[in-house]
Amino acid sequence: MVTRYIGAPVRRVEDLRLITGNGRYTDDIGIGTGALEVAFVRSPHAHADIGEIDVTRALDVPGVMAIYTHEDLEDAAAEPLPVLIPHPSMHAPRTGYALAKDVVHHVGEPIAMVVAESRSLAEDAAALIDVEYRRLPAVVGIPAARAADHAVHRDIPDNIAAHLVQQVGDVDAGMDAAPHRLSFDLTIERSCSMPLEGKAVHARWDPDDRSLRVYSSTQTATSVRAAIAAKLGLPLPKVEVIAPDVGGGFGVKIMHPWPEEILVPMAAMRLGRPVKWTEDRREHFISSAHERGQEHHIDVGFDDAGKILALDVSFWHDNGAYTPYGIICPIVTSTQLLGPYKPGAYRVEFHSVYTTTVIVTPYRGAGRPQGVFAMERTMDRIAETLGLDRAQVRAVNFIQPDEFPYDQGLIFQDGRPLIYDSGNYPAQLDMIKDMIGWDEFPALKAEAARQGRRIGIGLGCYVEGTGPGPYEGAHIQVLTDGSVEVAIGLTSQGQGHQTVFAQIVADELGVPFESVRVTTGDTRRFGYAVGTFASRAAVMSGSAVALAARAVRAKALRVASDALECAATDLEITAGVVAVKGNPTASIPLGQVAVLSNPLRYAFDEAAKAATQFARPADPSTSPVAEGESPGLESSDYYSPPRSTFASGMHAAIIEIDDDTSEITINRYCVVHDCGTLINPMIVRGQVHGGVVQGIAGALYETLAYDEHGQLLNASFMDFLMPYVTEVPPRFEIGHQETPSPLNPLGIKGAGEAGVIPVSAVIAAAVEDAMGFRIDAMPLNPSRLFDLRRDFDAGRLEPLKGRPE
Amino acid sequence: MPEATAALAELGPSAKVLAGGQSLVPVLAMRLAAPAHLVDINGLGELDTVVADAGGVTVGALARHSRVEHDAAANRTQPLLAQALRLVAHPTIRNRGTTVGSLAHADPAGEMTTVLALCGGSVTAASTDGRRVIAAADFFLGPLESALRPDELATHAYFPALPRRSGSAFVEIARRNGDYALCGVGAIAELDELGVVRSLRCGYLSVSDTPLVLDLTREWEAGEGTVATRARDGVDPQSDLHATADYRRHLAGVLTVRAARQAISAARQAVGAA
Amino acid sequence: MTEPTEQRESLHEVKLTVNGGTRSATVTARRTLSDFLRHDLGLTGTHVGCEHGVCGACTVLLDDAPVRSCLIFAVSVSGQRVTTVEGLAGEPEAGRPSGLSPVQQAFHECHALQCGFCTPGFLTTVTACLAANPAPTRDQAVEMIAGNLCRCTGYQNIVDAVLRAAELQSAEVQGRQK
Repeated sequence: MVTRYIGAPVRRVEDLRLITGNGRYTDDIGIGTGALEVAFVRSPHAHADIGEIDVTRALDVPGVMAIYTHEDLEDAAAEPLPVLIPHPSMHAPRTGYALAKDVVHHVGEPIAMVVAESRSLAEDAAALIDVEYRRLPAVVGIPAARAADHAVHRDIPDNIAAHLVQQVGDVDAGMDAAPHRLSFDLTIERSCSMPLEGKAVHARWDPDDRSLRVYSSTQTATSVRAAIAAKLGLPLPKVEVIAPDVGGGFGVKIMHPWPEEILVPMAAMRLGRPVKWTEDRREHFISSAHERGQEHHIDVGFDDAGKILALDVSFWHDNGAYTPYGIICPIVTSTQLLGPYKPGAYRVEFHSVYTTTVIVTPYRGAGRPQGVFAMERTMDRIAETLGLDRAQVRAVNFIQPDEFPYDQGLIFQDGRPLIYDSGNYPAQLDMIKDMIGWDEFPALKAEAARQGRRIGIGLGCYVEGTGPGPYEGAHIQVLTDGSVEVAIGLTSQGQGHQTVFAQIVADELGVPFESVRVTTGDTRRFGYAVGTFASRAAVMSGSAVALAARAVRAKALRVASDALECAATDLEITAGVVAVKGNPTASIPLGQVAVLSNPLRYAFDEAAKAATQFARPADPSTSPVAEGESPGLESSDYYSPPRSTFASGMHAAIIEIDDDTSEITINRYCVVHDCGTLINPMIVRGQVHGGVVQGIAGALYETLAYDEHGQLLNASFMDFLMPYVTEVPPRFEIGHQETPSPLNPLGIKGAGEAGVIPVSAVIAAAVEDAMGFRIDAMPLNPSRLFDLRRDFDAGRLEPLKGRPE
Repeated sequence: MPEATAALAELGPSAKVLAGGQSLVPVLAMRLAAPAHLVDINGLGELDTVVADAGGVTVGALARHSRVEHDAAANRTQPLLAQALRLVAHPTIRNRGTTVGSLAHADPAGEMTTVLALCGGSVTAASTDGRRVIAAADFFLGPLESALRPDELATHAYFPALPRRSGSAFVEIARRNGDYALCGVGAIAELDELGVVRSLRCGYLSVSDTPLVLDLTREWEAGEGTVATRARDGVDPQSDLHATADYRRHLAGVLTVRAARQAISAARQAVGAA
Repeated sequence: MTEPTEQRESLHEVKLTVNGGTRSATVTARRTLSDFLRHDLGLTGTHVGCEHGVCGACTVLLDDAPVRSCLIFAVSVSGQRVTTVEGLAGEPEAGRPSGLSPVQQAFHECHALQCGFCTPGFLTTVTACLAANPAPTRDQAVEMIAGNLCRCTGYQNIVDAVLRAAELQSAEVQGRQK
């Protein structure tokens, strides 16, 4: 295969429609066709029993078509929402209902749905619905959940949803034998995905066909389809779900089914008109999902070189009011905490607890940032205790390049063994140290100090299991005009899938890039898929596309070899033409091969007419379609790996603290990352940029501030501080390393989350280095840093060992 | 205009005036308030004026922030206008929001309320009963509460000119560019014939319920440390999720010194150039 | 809260010049300009991200100046001139075979968009800013986009796109002058 497109920074095919205002996001669907619009009554209380719901005044609002509460739901739709990923350790899972039944457990939970001629009218009506609430105590924050003075769910008095311990080796023996031991606590607060486009659903019921078409701003069209079919009692083939253009996901849109994904189609069926819902920003804050909130306790035993002999981690994970997505995030934290290291023995225990707040489901990183924070802060502490270089301590603990595949001895989020397939951590460390100027930094710091400036440097390493299964698939079809239609089951939210997968097909099949059209996230085009999350699309769909393209290529060569009366091995495909190697005049365009592949050849178009020149008389003793063959130049193929493939990376940053104001500025930010083979380096770089900025946002700007009554105080962009361009460094320095994955045909590893994972750890470390006291809670901001500095100056905070008071 | 005041007279407290809408419309969108009526004055072109003379700058109710910000004559007369307006939200917001509108909104986190108070300006209010001029000191009654009656329309704001031999500055610290400041300080410094600071006055943002103005002339004579201490003692900040009261108080001290230095330096340049 | 709506809201005809053509629709007084453009005129290129003026996705040009269309009522601007993202491209011509404006072309070249949701707001803003300052420094380019949120790109490529757009625009101007 001649690689022209794979590895090239090909510009995106998506761009043309998006830069001309011709994108089609879910709220754009069906504009001007008179779809009814939806607004919800959402709980204003964090915890309350629901009494009477009186809709009389609302029904008087002209333009209101229907109002639904839980009473109006039928059969499966009236049952609790599903627990998508059960786990034996999640002994007390709970989910809500599509519309609340009897009790609400967080501000924002939907209670009633109003369908009206416009959103304004629907909201007017919603404001006139009277709900009787009997308030119950709110439970906010991990300490309150643990103390369990009040229960979030009446039948779970200790507020614990899950408890899981994983261990490798004998931690207690390792700890006893360790010459040095440390014990400390760490905290990370909530943040969230916050895509610029919120959730949206548009549903149409066809009464003639008795079929449902639903557009949803989702990361998994196939799973939403299955959920809708189940909840609304429809046969799967009668439900189509399409994820059109989606304005960002970052994890929050992998959660499904959202109540609205069931209720809006239900309303469309009952009312016989298209129905749409687009959430507003406040709704997104209080009724989608958050993540990141955890509290950790670490015990670590190590030797004089800083080698970890025993690591004992126990943490508490705030899962919010319900557990529809199970315990994926804390499992990821537990397993990915190990990073590129091989501690002598490891034990990790977590409790996942309920609070009367929004549910917690994966957000870019999905528990990894917390695990990396725990491990990287531990490495820094070890270095501090021993007076050793922080990079050196990490190097001493690395899995070495000749130790792959490396079995960490744990079970990963995909239910499979945590076995790292490939990587080279010492080389990454050399690269990042070189980029940031690690060894030269002490001199830089001293010079800055002479100028009265306070700077610090931080380092963070991570390993990311990407491309978890169970599978993804692709369908490729060459049409009679030579164009190539590709359909993959998973979805896109800006990752450039239509470009990246066309690159693979162009190279694998030998066709012009411009002739390939890729469709994503449309169950009409591809019915079996898992979804876009866990940095898996390139690995999973990329591999499936490669396999399908190879199958189509093989078939094309078979058909062409028959027509050209030569061996398939004599043929090659270049620029969409199958030709005999070294004899370009003996050739057939691929479109005509497509015609030939179908024994039924009505000459509808020029390609079909032209193909007749190659048609050989049928052999009357054999069937037109041979055993094991099928008509058409197409193939569906699936890629299903034995386990995940492990990307990795290291970040380093130099930060500066303003002595007067405690403002924190990032002077330089460097990234080295390894995601195996790069299909499109431009797109990968873009993913890293975006991830790093989300990481910086999480480290220095974003938190979700609940008060003790369970009210979210900052449910708007005014007070939830997503950074503008002015809040982030103007330039990120990025280095690449490529250790291909042995697990898939192209050697790809995932890149989508790489940017965000270690950022909090890096920034905490850099601030600590600048200030000389410990940072063990994130996020930071100038006001908090000011408080810490005052405590330090007053002697209430210890200095780092070996640093002046 | 008579239609506007007549409407306000008739509708009273059930109406809100709509000009720029950059503060009002978000409140309506979030359904935090639902006035029965909006009196939309965007058609009153006669109020889209910025007039600078020796005495000061008169800004009409429909003059957008960006117009005031880029009016050369206005900013020669009172440099604080552009110095503060640069910090109001983002240029796109300033293209629609009005300076008089932001004064009527009376937000103690609003830059222009501080500027009006610091300059000792005033607001002209019109109603079916006639007009009255309300001095800045009497205009801001509390957070988001101005002295305007429900039937009154603020038609103009007057910002007195920067005195001779004076300089001004406006500094603030916010979490993100364009956000409400955690603390902001405007300063006007006046020099005497010998170049000694004869007056230093500072106006504060986000650290009190109504715009606070401090005369720091004596403190400046005693040194920057004293200025900072007086500033810290003079402000009354609140804690919120972005910053504690103590941090804001600390910033008041730091930013007062910064603003003072910049204003004095500007004054020296003005004197040198004269 | 609101009084019960006993009768329908009054409707108003709003007539605007949008992207060079006259467009009109009859809407309620509380219809925002963003909803008017999207739902009443079918110009769905302008996006709504927050409805409180912070994100900038809804930015359009009103008489050539960038404004947040989510914070303006359509009735307030009847008779005025609006440019949306759909109005930025022109006819294909010799120096511009795709018809894309220099700003659009630059965003494409520099990979300055991923999901595309915030992009229309950036495009209109940058178009207006470059009209006012055709040769920005890097710092000025940063300032131009400092009021628009993007969650996908991390901004670095968008700043590059502003500078590239300035280059393309100036080349076009020079080309025309010859």
